[in-house]
Amino acid sequence: MPEIKKISAPLDDKAVALLRAGDEVLLSGTIYTARDAAHLKGIPFKVKGQVIFYAGPTPGKNSLVGSIGPTTSSRMDRFMPDLLKKGLKGTIGKGTRSEKVRQLLKKHKAVYFTATGGVAALMGKKIKKAEPLAYEELGAEAVLKLEVSELPLIVAYDAQGGDIFEQGRKKYEVK
Amino acid sequence: MREIEAIKIKDAVRDLCLEANFDLSPDMRSALKNASLKESSLHGKRVFKEIEENSEVASKDKLPLCQDTGSAMVYLELGQEVLIIGGDLKESVNEGVRLAYDRGDLRKSIVSDPLIRKNSGDNTPAFIHIDIVPGDKVKIGVLPKGGGGENSSALKMFDPTASRKEITEFIVERVKESGPRACPPGILGIGIGGTFDTVAGLAKKALLRPVGQQNSRADIANLEKEILKEVNKSGVGPMGLGGKVTMLAAHVETAPCHIASLPVAVNFECHAHRYKEKVL
Repeated sequence: MPEIKKISAPLDDKAVALLRAGDEVLLSGTIYTARDAAHLKGIPFKVKGQVIFYAGPTPGKNSLVGSIGPTTSSRMDRFMPDLLKKGLKGTIGKGTRSEKVRQLLKKHKAVYFTATGGVAALMGKKIKKAEPLAYEELGAEAVLKLEVSELPLIVAYDAQGGDIFEQGRKKYEVK
Repeated sequence: MREIEAIKIKDAVRDLCLEANFDLSPDMRSALKNASLKESSLHGKRVFKEIEENSEVASKDKLPLCQDTGSAMVYLELGQEVLIIGGDLKESVNEGVRLAYDRGDLRKSIVSDPLIRKNSGDNTPAFIHIDIVPGDKVKIGVLPKGGGGENSSALKMFDPTASRKEITEFIVERVKESGPRACPPGILGIGIGGTFDTVAGLAKKALLRPVGQQNSRADIANLEKEILKEVNKSGVGPMGLGGKVTMLAAHVETAPCHIASLPVAVNFECHAHRYKEKVL
């Protein structure tokens, strides 16, 4: 069983270089939620080194976050060229992303993590603190600043061109 | 005529919305359990484990299984001898949804207009289907339906001479293109026949059956088996990470159609398949 890597956000080039597609990681530190509408309005914080989680949580009973999980990342592909240029180091979502994004991740030394969808009650337990940062009027699509502890993720695309979805499918496809 | 108070319908809808979002149903749990034994990929096994742990946490702490608590799809089978009194039927359904999504801390995921896209604030309107049936009962079914599976779904108007093989290939291609998006391992609802609008309804209706229950017609049951076998050859696997199990079941519903048409629709459903029903 390959070991699970513990990493922390914000990320730097050195940390990104160690990651390979398929690696299981536990991410701790500060990350931000942003979905389609927030990307369109403009990411309201400095993205250098940061990690964006494509997520819109349910409201918690005593906190901002109850259950949380990833939404489909490819919808945000169009915003990636600009954000990667500005130094965005990581994104968390689900699903494949375009070939263009894969190449840009290599160029800008950034990584894409996949989080399991639909295990949101479990994932919500990893959010230690949540504060609203911007666009509260968007409700579920608001930008939140999250303190996370050991958020379980898998490296989907690394900065060397590795792709877990392609690797996985090729291995298990029956022709 | 049997009188049923609208408030009872409101209460039932409210309770079913909550139950569906917190408690994974027994047939889904057992389908997942059986499938997990077939999965050999390490990432795949991890996903199955997370799904099981999640269902326990969600049920215990009354937290939604998935943060996408979905569009509230509500299916009413109204006995033709029933008289709804004390309120408007559709408004009662909407009020039930409103209450559940507010008090249950569920996510408000509906925009009132598809182009302007302002959140409606209360997860209404519900998407209501009403069928009139014989008798004096009301059956209420609630299916919170997330966005991922919906966005993978597809419809094609085939030539009437198209073969079962061609239909199967269309579905397998959709599963491959969809990859991780609909959060596999899920289930496929497939409609064959009807009209352009009703075939999609058939596909969705196919999701309301207990998971893995086959169509009562032997030839359709065989088609279901064949489709399931072929989609699982795709290698997409749990969350698209690669594996032997991509779908847990394929349910096909058929209906008569025009001599020049063969409509086919496939509605994807994720592993947070949430359907609860009650009879009043």
